[in-house]
Amino acid sequence: MIPARFEYHRPSDVSAALAILTEHGDDARVLAGGHSLIPMMKLRMAAIEHLIDLQDIAELKGISVDGGTITIGAMTTQHELIDNADLAKAAPILREAALQIADPQVRYVGTVGGNVANGDPGNDMPGLMQCLGATFHLVGPGGTRDVAARDYYEAAYMTDREDDEILVSVSFPVPEGGYAYEKQKRKIGDYATAACAVQVTMAGGSCTAASIAMTNLSDTPIWSKDAGAVLVGTDCGPGAIGAAVDAAVAAIDPTEDNRGPVEFKKHVAGVVIRRAIERAISRA
Amino acid sequence: MNDLTPSREERTENLKGLGCSRKRVEDARFTQGKGNYVDDIKMPGMLFGDFVRSPYAHARVKNINSEEALKVPGVLAVLTAKDLEPLGLHWMPTLAGDKQMVLADGKVLFQGQEVAFVVATDRYAAADGIEAVEVEYEELPVVVDPFKALDPDAPVLREDLEGQTEGAHGPRKHHNHIFLWEAGDKEATESVLASADVVAEEMVYYHRTHPCPLEPCGCVASMDKVNGKLTLWGTFQAPHAVRTVASLISGIAEHNIRVISPDIGGGFGNKVGVYPGYVCSIVASIVTGKPVKWIEDRMDNLMATAFARDYWMKGKIAATKEGKITGLWCHTTADHGGFDACADPTKFPAGFMNICTGSYDIPVAYLGVDGVYTNKAPGGVAYRCSFRVTEAAYFIERMIEILAIELNMDAAELRRINFIKKEQFPYQSALGWEYDSGDYHTAWEKALKAVDYEGLRKEQAERVEAFKRGETRKLLGIGLTHFTEIVGAGPVKNCDILGLGMFDSCEIRIHPTGSAIARLGTISQGQGHATTFAQILASEIGLPADSITIEEGDTDTAPYGLGTYGSRSTPVAGAATAMAGRKIRAKAQMIAAYLLEVHDDDVEWDVDRFAVKGAPERFKTMAEIAFAAYNQAIPGIEPGLEAVSYYDPPNMTYPFGAYICVMEIDVDTGVHEIRQFYALDDCGTRINPMIIEGQVHGGVTEALAIAMGQEIAYDEMGNVKTGTLMDFFLPTAWETPNYTTDHTTTPSPHHPIGAKGVGESPNVGGVPAFSNAVHDAFRAFGLRQSHMPHDHWRIWKTAHDLGLHG
Amino acid sequence: MAKQHYTLTVNGEQRDVLCEPRELLIHTLREQLDITGPHVGCETSHCGACTVEINGKSVKSCTVFTAQANGADVTTIEGLGSPDGLHVLQEKFREHHGLQCGYCTPGMITRAHRLLQENPNPTEEEVRFGIAGNLCRCTGYQNIVKSILAAAAEMNAAKEAAE
Repeated sequence: MIPARFEYHRPSDVSAALAILTEHGDDARVLAGGHSLIPMMKLRMAAIEHLIDLQDIAELKGISVDGGTITIGAMTTQHELIDNADLAKAAPILREAALQIADPQVRYVGTVGGNVANGDPGNDMPGLMQCLGATFHLVGPGGTRDVAARDYYEAAYMTDREDDEILVSVSFPVPEGGYAYEKQKRKIGDYATAACAVQVTMAGGSCTAASIAMTNLSDTPIWSKDAGAVLVGTDCGPGAIGAAVDAAVAAIDPTEDNRGPVEFKKHVAGVVIRRAIERAISRA
Repeated sequence: MNDLTPSREERTENLKGLGCSRKRVEDARFTQGKGNYVDDIKMPGMLFGDFVRSPYAHARVKNINSEEALKVPGVLAVLTAKDLEPLGLHWMPTLAGDKQMVLADGKVLFQGQEVAFVVATDRYAAADGIEAVEVEYEELPVVVDPFKALDPDAPVLREDLEGQTEGAHGPRKHHNHIFLWEAGDKEATESVLASADVVAEEMVYYHRTHPCPLEPCGCVASMDKVNGKLTLWGTFQAPHAVRTVASLISGIAEHNIRVISPDIGGGFGNKVGVYPGYVCSIVASIVTGKPVKWIEDRMDNLMATAFARDYWMKGKIAATKEGKITGLWCHTTADHGGFDACADPTKFPAGFMNICTGSYDIPVAYLGVDGVYTNKAPGGVAYRCSFRVTEAAYFIERMIEILAIELNMDAAELRRINFIKKEQFPYQSALGWEYDSGDYHTAWEKALKAVDYEGLRKEQAERVEAFKRGETRKLLGIGLTHFTEIVGAGPVKNCDILGLGMFDSCEIRIHPTGSAIARLGTISQGQGHATTFAQILASEIGLPADSITIEEGDTDTAPYGLGTYGSRSTPVAGAATAMAGRKIRAKAQMIAAYLLEVHDDDVEWDVDRFAVKGAPERFKTMAEIAFAAYNQAIPGIEPGLEAVSYYDPPNMTYPFGAYICVMEIDVDTGVHEIRQFYALDDCGTRINPMIIEGQVHGGVTEALAIAMGQEIAYDEMGNVKTGTLMDFFLPTAWETPNYTTDHTTTPSPHHPIGAKGVGESPNVGGVPAFSNAVHDAFRAFGLRQSHMPHDHWRIWKTAHDLGLHG
Repeated sequence: MAKQHYTLTVNGEQRDVLCEPRELLIHTLREQLDITGPHVGCETSHCGACTVEINGKSVKSCTVFTAQANGADVTTIEGLGSPDGLHVLQEKFREHHGLQCGYCTPGMITRAHRLLQENPNPTEEEVRFGIAGNLCRCTGYQNIVKSILAAAAEMNAAKEAAE
């Protein structure tokens, strides 16, 4: 497994990276942690003539919890997410989810940007970002642009990002209430058979807000507005949870793969979603 | 007069001989990254070769155009079948008496098949060259189902065999048929079945999987045209056999070929066979005059190098109402892929599948195995197994469980009443083997007691009730297995590979200062031979294991042997080691008697010395004797102290064990959790308990993988669906439980030190233990049989089909 | 793209290499620098046999271009101990039979080393989770886990004694 030849670029700021992207268009790709892209290159399934390594761009790094908003630079690694005490306090669901991604070595280099940007339906962060109502901050030749995570994904590996744009950061309001990221997989290092991110707030025994999103159960992440809405205003008893699960399952469209056939995935998705909701409620 | 301190016990301990947990001598280099594996070999001017492989499972190769590839910088040559044909090397013999294309000769028969060999200055240039080779294919209908392969109108896969009604193992009854191999008494068995109280019948499938050692296969071939010598380094579990095969197929005289197995990063049967990469590297080295390296990558390895299992075993087991087994019938359909490249002894095209009567006293039995060609990779190697023993053990241990269901009987009790009794050994099995020794009842009771079997059954019954009441969604499975292996192939009278008898060998040289080197015909792939063979020798010749170097794997220096697989190293080469040691000792006795000025019969062996009978203070240590052998003229005795032994075992050895797995199963997700795994092994005399325990841990983990998720899966087009380690299940430390190991010791009566071998027992016994646990969890709900691997979706499907999802 | 000059610090020593940008770090280490401890097992970043440390992180060097490591500090198994003085992890792997064929061992020990830097007193569960990026086909991990826990205990005892 040997990749084809390419030109390597390592710009030190975003504008330099953009200039290379603009110059080479389709022939160029940005490289973050590389653990999705490099295997594709080694399998010669991705032919890239210009590889733009973003590792030296300081403005793409860092985690800030500022007032009510959390901002995470695109080149922040999963390991840094897990390791950040402020973030663990402000949005513990990120740590819970990041620990379920790949394995230790991959988490040292795998980035938030790499995970959310390319539209791989197997990645965990896209569903999580939809659950959190995140905004993706892109920069391109025409300047910056914000896209809601819930609007970003079009199909497998197809996103709203233009070829000459770079994801700079993601941001989202500090989540409130209970949370859970539940994932069933065959082994460490596997993508999800089914995974679900849930944030729930409760007040006086009644649900005031709920957000439910799913991973690897369609060709894009799925945020189910209906599933969340069903819970709001209820006591989150078994009936309400059942209705939320039904609504969420109605929104998915899994495909058969080595993890199992569609019927199985839909069933397991129901179980995983239920467990995620229940755990989130228990923490709310 | 000599001082008699240290004591006998201290001297024994000092030897680090049999039975002690000696630390491994291999580890110093491995822990420091100083192992020497084949891909570590570098030679001046060395080239790199790699394959263009077929994307199709069955296709005609219309044309191969290398023109563009040869323009790629660094690419020196592109070999195709046309280039090999004048040398007669476009096909090669397999170990199973068939032949296999080295490079596609007109057509391809499986996805990943070798089509052309690109030789370049380095692996990067070779990869670029492969991309540039243009191959024109015409797709042909694909056969992946071995039963459909035998349909009258099934496509002809092996056109080269068309019209040949006789194969290497008897008549072929169909154009995709390879052999029918039979054992036992068919008529008598069928008559028992016809009149039995109870007959349980089931299809037991042991799916296709792959040994997948962490180091893939590879070699470096270096043809020295000046002196006419070929040196071949490679991942060979049987270096001597490789030398002979290389000589036979290349025409290079055997003394001009030197085969070296350097450190090997795990084998598990994957590195027994001869692969096209070896042949092409040799040819490329001859053509270019330079050393050529070939190292497969993981996808190549999983797609094209030897798979394991893929046996469809139809079984019928007859018993009385009380549960006494009266007969066993089995017909197996064996999917061998596009070429029959199984690595079995010649007379056993289905390996030792006829050990399938297991640990039970079954008066009459029949086994028939039909080998079939399909559009899958060739192989059928013994994946940590002695030639289909894994399949046999899985078959009988499933059939016992199914019979227990049929009889509404506890499966532990059913085993107990059918075990071969201790006093029946040596035991003649209905399918032709003579079991050497065993004490199954003792092992079984020890195992059941260790896990509190009665308590577990009580807990399980309570769990079932709780499940029915809706209080839990988890079921508890208790997986029982009592396996009997047949290892240590084997007696030359009935065991050979390509005509080479399956003896093994050891040559010992004692140095004047009382240290030694011993060379064997085997080769370690992680088993720790350098540690354990020195222990055998230390106990035999009284020199400390730390003073004995063990060397294997270089055919120029080691005595001829058939290599390491099928748990044969300890039973065969270990025996040769002990026997060679005894030859040393016999000569040492004469030297000692001479030095002590007494008759040979008046000295006796005492740990590390010969002493005068009745006068223990008058002795000569082995170190003293060794020195004397080199510096004294002893009348009637040649100088020096060396010995060689070629050991032809009188029988196989029959290790056995009792394994119990306790498993929790989530019926809604199909996720399992191993709560407890108890492994009792009886491998006869124990050489190094630490290494035995390590072998058991590793083998049970392989069994866990195989039973719970690992498979080589194909789609209907013959595409491999499990070509990377994302999909081919190798458990991490996270999915792997802790194991409890235990043992009984029933020595082999015919082995010089009573050892039986242990490396493969845990794979053989582990798979049925895990699978039986899954089945057992659902027994209360009516499950009889489901197919491995028991991954999440298949377990879920079982629960679903039993109506457990409401 | 033509070959480029890159500079890495490998096991404390500055090394200059000349290679194409597409060259993978594992190949540079093994073939240019003769550092053959790290091995290639799967090529798709699942097995961890190629694990090295880059700037204090455990990384699978089959999935890193040497160009990416330009200027970085790289440590391999060869940088952990020396023939005269084994690293405590190397000693414990031997003592507890934490290896068999040895192919995964350099990556495993390199990974364990980083794990213990970050979590000097791990539980068994934390060790198992922490080495889940490294596959072993021989040992079933039980003795690897034991070796790492024993190394942690010894390193902690040594640290305490020094204080």
